[in-house]
Amino acid sequence: MNHETTVTDEQTGLIGRSWQRTSLALQQRGVIGVLFTMPVGVILLLLLAYPFVLGIWLSFTDTIVGRTGKFIGLENYLYLIFDDVFLLTTFNTLLYTAVAVLLKLIFGFALAIVLNRDFKGKGLVRAIVLLPWIVPTALSTIVFWWLFDSQFSCFSWVLMKMGLISTPIDFLGNPNNARASVIAVNVWRGIPFFTIGLMAGLQTINQSLYEAADIDGAGPWVKFKSITLPVIMPLLAVITTFSIIWTFADFHLIWIMTRGGPANATHIYGTLSYQRAIPGGHLGEGAAISIFIFPILLVCVLLTARYLRRED
Amino acid sequence: MKSDKKKELTRRDFMKKSAAGLAGAGLASLSMDALFQWDEALAAKVAPPPLKLEKNPVVKLLRWSGFVKSDEQIWTANTKKWEKATGGKVVTEYLSWEDVRSKAAMEASVGAGHDIVLGWFDDPHLYPDRLLDVTDVATYLGKKYGGWYPVCEMYGKDSKTKRWIALPIGSAGICPNYRVSWVREAGYEKVPDDIEGFIKCARALKAKGHPTGFALGHAVGDANTWTHWWLWSFGGKAVEADGKTIAINSKETLQALDSVRELYETMIPGVASWLDPHNNKAFLSGQISLTANGNSIFYASMKKFPEINKDLATMNFPVGPVGRPTELSLFSLAFIFKHTPVPNAAKHYLQFMFEKPQYGEWESGTWGYVTQTLKSYYDLPSWKKDPRITPYRECMGRMLWNGYEGPLGPASAAAMSEYVIVDMFADVCVGKKSPKSAVLAAERKLKRFYR
Repeated sequence: MNHETTVTDEQTGLIGRSWQRTSLALQQRGVIGVLFTMPVGVILLLLLAYPFVLGIWLSFTDTIVGRTGKFIGLENYLYLIFDDVFLLTTFNTLLYTAVAVLLKLIFGFALAIVLNRDFKGKGLVRAIVLLPWIVPTALSTIVFWWLFDSQFSCFSWVLMKMGLISTPIDFLGNPNNARASVIAVNVWRGIPFFTIGLMAGLQTINQSLYEAADIDGAGPWVKFKSITLPVIMPLLAVITTFSIIWTFADFHLIWIMTRGGPANATHIYGTLSYQRAIPGGHLGEGAAISIFIFPILLVCVLLTARYLRRED
Repeated sequence: MKSDKKKELTRRDFMKKSAAGLAGAGLASLSMDALFQWDEALAAKVAPPPLKLEKNPVVKLLRWSGFVKSDEQIWTANTKKWEKATGGKVVTEYLSWEDVRSKAAMEASVGAGHDIVLGWFDDPHLYPDRLLDVTDVATYLGKKYGGWYPVCEMYGKDSKTKRWIALPIGSAGICPNYRVSWVREAGYEKVPDDIEGFIKCARALKAKGHPTGFALGHAVGDANTWTHWWLWSFGGKAVEADGKTIAINSKETLQALDSVRELYETMIPGVASWLDPHNNKAFLSGQISLTANGNSIFYASMKKFPEINKDLATMNFPVGPVGRPTELSLFSLAFIFKHTPVPNAAKHYLQFMFEKPQYGEWESGTWGYVTQTLKSYYDLPSWKKDPRITPYRECMGRMLWNGYEGPLGPASAAAMSEYVIVDMFADVCVGKKSPKSAVLAAERKLKRFYR
């Protein structure tokens, strides 16, 4: 019994050497780095990589809710590229993203420049500007759903009272009106993201650059073009990329306001994918639709990354 | 003995007539009196299935939120009665009715979650292999309460095994609702019950400044129900009974689409954007004279809009050229997942909720929001509480199933969730497509789903 629990000198030496080796290994940057990032790596693998790979796999199958599907190769994709509704959805998604991001950029930038100036109550105004971003999207969208109601819209009511129109505007029943309405709500919600982000960037610009420009007699436009824009460009690229990603992959705004209607005029990838996968039960096809988002956004991210590297 | 024999003959008679109805022109043409003669004394003798409850069972239930306030109150009270009687417990989660399908689908996929779901339409037919066989309970209830309506058998039974995989709990019946005084002003005593007269009356209403309003947006309930009725009433249908041959491209469909344009001309602008709540709001604010809805419109008017309530009338959907009722209402079913650890308690709980003391109270307290699935409940006194709710009790007998005339399953679910029929009507009504091109677009979608 005794000899089993006694640690010999040889064993002590072995333990000591093994600990030494571990200690040395831990002192190497590569090893300790991997150890420290492992928890995050595992989380990313489980919560991001696994669903993503599963989504890709599903898109190559005919899986239906509650039933295991079989591999069908590119059939889902081939069907989709000839599907009228999918093609219309692609057009809607591109239009929705391009117009909304452009408008958010213009208005957000303009607002950031205005709010960057010194004026009384600027703290309060900056807080108010943030409100659309803070209010839960579902909540603000329901409000807009009422504002754009075909019978009870207060916009229509005001215009009718002013004598400018005689019947309510069919905001969400006419395809083009519906597209404009959902874009307007997205712009309203997204402007603060640009404003606050760019305002942070504007505050880092060295004021002496503007003073020097003043001495050289530069006007506001020249100062904006030659100082503000170049300095803020990398930040603008990142913010715009994020906005494109979020707008492209939007869902609840459209789902609450129109469910993709009228006659699919406002369906975007997110809503069509959900409609076909969950209520429709065709998980494989729904996954294929959402996979279409990936290459487009990847190109967008790569372009931004390339631009930022060039700037460095 | 004699009495039993008489009962047996009556049931056989019923089965024959049901079969004839199913095979022939339609389920809906059978009159209630011809279908059965329910005998309460005999019903009491029907023995329930032997269900040995698990020890201290906890049943997890997912169901849709009530459309009318009293629904949840009475459901909860009935549940408490079951808990008291059995010592079990029911944990109920209420979810918006449109979201139940997605949550139930996920639970079916992963094999975990709630034990019972109160779902909609063809939900159980998306994952029949994941559901508990409830044939024993369904057979018992059917025997005791005069039998299930034919459309309930269609929804409740697996089309392949013919076993019951769900218990049809009821339909939120859909009926046309109209303003009596405006209809009189337009020269009619009541809205006609044939399509041609219906359109003429709608035109007369519009001419008097009282437009009609039927949802044409992606409204799961209100748009799907009336457009399917219109299509079927002209003899159009999505698919043949074999579930493979797409039948939408027919002269009947084209007639239906040509004709619906006439109705659309009488509608208030904006219906193309209408989701489920819109027609209720428009009707209760006096903007439209005629719409189609569940009895929530009556219930809301009774509680909050007494002037409109006095002027409101309800009818069943008019019959079209096909010559028989062809309606669609929101159909709800209760099903139990195989993954439940308490299968007997779950069955017992549902069985308890279907028994007359509970079901009758539920139906009465909701003012007929839930149309009965068991025939004997047709005669519940609550249906006579107000003549405006009486038409709703006819809905189940006049109803066809979504995806008619094909089987229920992933294809019928996809066709409805994709709004194939609704969009076909909307495309024609808002003038985006000709009837022919709208039919071709719908045909292409259907071919994909029924491949």
